[in-house]
Amino acid sequence: MDKRTTERDAVAELRDGMTIGIGGWGSRRKPMSIVREILRSPVKDLTVVTYGGPDVGLLCNAGKIKRLVYGFVSLDSIPLEPHFRKARQAGSIQAAELDEGMLQWGLLAASHRLPFLPTRAGLGSDVLAINPDIKLVKSPYADGEELVAMPALELDVAFIHMNRGDVRGNGQYLGPDPYFDDMFCRAAKRRFMSVEKIVGTADMANEGPLQTRVINRTMVDGVIEAPGGAHFTECPPDYDRDEAFQKEYAATAKDEDAWQAFKKKYLDLESEAEYQKAVGKR
Amino acid sequence: MTQATRGEICAVACADAFRGDGETLASCFGTAPAIGARLAKATFEPELLMTDGVCTVVDMPAPVSGPAPEAVVEAWLPFRTVFDHVWNGHRHVIMAASQIDRYGNQNFACIGEHAKPKAQLLGMRGAPGNTISHTTSYWVASQTAKVFVPEVDVVSGVGYDRAAKLGPATSRHHEIRLVISNLAVYDFETPDHRMRLRSVHPGVTVDEVVANTGFELVIEGNVPETRGPTAAELALIREKIDPKGVLAREVPNPE
Repeated sequence: MDKRTTERDAVAELRDGMTIGIGGWGSRRKPMSIVREILRSPVKDLTVVTYGGPDVGLLCNAGKIKRLVYGFVSLDSIPLEPHFRKARQAGSIQAAELDEGMLQWGLLAASHRLPFLPTRAGLGSDVLAINPDIKLVKSPYADGEELVAMPALELDVAFIHMNRGDVRGNGQYLGPDPYFDDMFCRAAKRRFMSVEKIVGTADMANEGPLQTRVINRTMVDGVIEAPGGAHFTECPPDYDRDEAFQKEYAATAKDEDAWQAFKKKYLDLESEAEYQKAVGKR
Repeated sequence: MTQATRGEICAVACADAFRGDGETLASCFGTAPAIGARLAKATFEPELLMTDGVCTVVDMPAPVSGPAPEAVVEAWLPFRTVFDHVWNGHRHVIMAASQIDRYGNQNFACIGEHAKPKAQLLGMRGAPGNTISHTTSYWVASQTAKVFVPEVDVVSGVGYDRAAKLGPATSRHHEIRLVISNLAVYDFETPDHRMRLRSVHPGVTVDEVVANTGFELVIEGNVPETRGPTAAELALIREKIDPKGVLAREVPNPE
């Protein structure tokens, strides 16, 4: 089956109020071309589940997020995400803030089709006060320990970005860390994978060991070829983070006129191709 | 060799936090803790595990400044495995604290009410899971009564009073070992685990510590002075671990 599609067709499936998961971590291997397409779309009131980076900042700035499920939001080389901070300090998003490991546990529970998974993470902290919907569970065994019952984070749609993939939806990461992209896919009803490059299935064996092929085609509904699709986040070994661009992004967030100029130049564009052209001109 | 700077005193205090840890993953946030862990590993705790800051355990992590020699990778530790490692134990993290109270409850998530904070900071990150799963210490680069507070706005890292309420089964892996600030070192070695002034850095008075603490510290008798680096430790810090002296940016030397 040929699952090739486009950012536009994938994002056209989104409906107001849906829960979406975004793979990657901080400012690392984020499906940014899809995020940019969401900025262009009319969709709103999204619940976003992610290890947050500039994807969250951009979606906050565009008013797309109603509720955010996260452990942190960071640009890595710049610790604090300016647009996320603005949205939080304005009280404009519901913040379901979790321990980072609880987020993994929620994704794993959803991907195993379980209602919850137990953990000690969160006990004693204000995570439970911030998230009154999260309940405790008592061990049925002799220890009787009370644990957090981390509820499954079920997703309507997941978006991930891989280095390589084939048209059938097998995917390969070539960087140092798989992050949680496989769990995002298994936790979701619809799954879209953008890749730096679509290659023949057999050709994936040329670039990385077997263990890099963490996405199989049962986990993906649509494959989008998006060279530079993770820009300005890092996507090694294809490219590093565009630190100069990220600096510009973060600096312009401090001043409304500067931000509007940045937005006009890079975001208020017709398509991903226009974005890549604008970035290339710098 | 000139006298140790305040920053170097802090870095050595951070190193001492890892004393006795053996084969434990030492994780650090901040320059003084990063220097401290490297110093401990290079001297009295050679079995410590450290990461390259991305996703591998390396035999010797890059210095905090200056040229980095090629490191030998010992193991792969992607983020998903970090959580396995955290929940399994065998880790001692020195985290930052924007606020900390007398029982070691820590906040670096946000200042103000969580629903609409005055200042959004890092978020919970891994603090809840870390503190309930393995040894934690804290580093405060600039101690004031606004950081050492009677009550933190949001509890990200769990302190002793809250851990005790969870019962022995849940709290058995909880340990807040030390709090190291630019002024002093603190521990919780008191009957009810309230914060105790363990030592003051050379040149700092107990009065100065008290003036920069927003709650009542346990202070017993004559408070000792924090130890300074040995000549060998000082040479390691200045020549190998931080040859460019970036530590002074985090901890300026007092006038």
